[in-house]
Amino acid sequence: MGEMEQMKKEAEALKTQIEAARKAVHDTDMASAASGVAPAPRVQLKTRRNLKGHLAKIYAMHWSTDNRLMVSASQDGKLLIWDSHSGNKVNAVPLKSSWVMTCAYAPSGNLVASGGLDNMCTVYNLKTPVIKTVKELDAHTGYLSCARFLSDTEVLTASGDTTCALWDLETGKQKTVFLNHVGDCMCLSLSPDMNSFVSGACDSLAKLWDIRDGQCKQTFLGHTSDINAISFYPGGNAIITGSDDCTCKMYDLRADQELITYQDAALNSGVTSLALSMSGRLIFAGYDDFNCNIWDSLKGEKVGVLSGHDNRVSCTGVPPDGMCVCTGSWDSFLKIWN
Amino acid sequence: MARDMSDNDILKMELEQLQKEVKNTREPVSKTAKEICEWVEAQAAEDPLIKGVPEDKNPFKEKGGCIIT
Repeated sequence: MGEMEQMKKEAEALKTQIEAARKAVHDTDMASAASGVAPAPRVQLKTRRNLKGHLAKIYAMHWSTDNRLMVSASQDGKLLIWDSHSGNKVNAVPLKSSWVMTCAYAPSGNLVASGGLDNMCTVYNLKTPVIKTVKELDAHTGYLSCARFLSDTEVLTASGDTTCALWDLETGKQKTVFLNHVGDCMCLSLSPDMNSFVSGACDSLAKLWDIRDGQCKQTFLGHTSDINAISFYPGGNAIITGSDDCTCKMYDLRADQELITYQDAALNSGVTSLALSMSGRLIFAGYDDFNCNIWDSLKGEKVGVLSGHDNRVSCTGVPPDGMCVCTGSWDSFLKIWN
Repeated sequence: MARDMSDNDILKMELEQLQKEVKNTREPVSKTAKEICEWVEAQAAEDPLIKGVPEDKNPFKEKGGCIIT
């Protein structure tokens, strides 16, 4: 038997062993565990702000930790910083490359980042008298799908080159490369304790990584197409994913397996984005069919819908204080709901 | 990057990862799911999008309109 055949055989045996280990701890399901939980009330949110300003499809948005400012990115070649309370635009950052796919706000509020088909993550300082480019993080060999600041000195990125990377903003170099996916990485989410993160990719897998040792600790199977959106559950023990297979899933990190699938026979559009309410009880999932569906994360039932966009909902975000949810769309508008 | 890797190297990488993951400890769902529910239920009471935001405390309430007489 050739070396490759041998390795394939061993891999299949290990996969079978892992499946058996997962089954062995599957002594109940989430439906039973949540049977005593009162159903979430029907959620009816109103549009409180309709933010107009972008001239083309919006691809990403991210809340500042101050619960008031947010950054959005559009293929009109601009990042816009909004004051969500007044609805005013506070800043506009022109992008060198208009093919933007992601944007991020640093926890300090001092910096924002963007990236996309230019394969780079560009970091801007919002606090200098004129907004300046601080660094261009250039080493990925594929598009930048997601970026998140750990601090003013470290950024995590996910790329179409199948890797994620941790960057040092002082040197502009990659400190750690997270390599294990075999498809484009599409999204990432930092754990509440900032020691790990999860990534979703076009190989239909979600992976949990240790930020400091660079190792992939766990792999979550179940989706049958690209994972476009991912988020840590606020308690840190579970993750929620959204996929082109039209479903969202909850994976339990300690049981190492899928607990619920959020799906509906009538829904046959891919999930583009997701955000969780402050307690984690509600999942706001944006779909290609122009809607944002609201799921009860414990019961697996749809409890509401945010309708109003005239095109795909490409991004969703809930600020840290949980006071509202923002949806961004290819229709060029951002809406704030509560 | 997985793109530059040969099929052989990719298989090796997948195999090494499986060898690591097979050793992971896994806790029973009866315990972990229950704890997730308990955590969420404890927080949900204060979750503004579940309990609702009173008009007077809502920073996003619709701004007053202008009436031209």
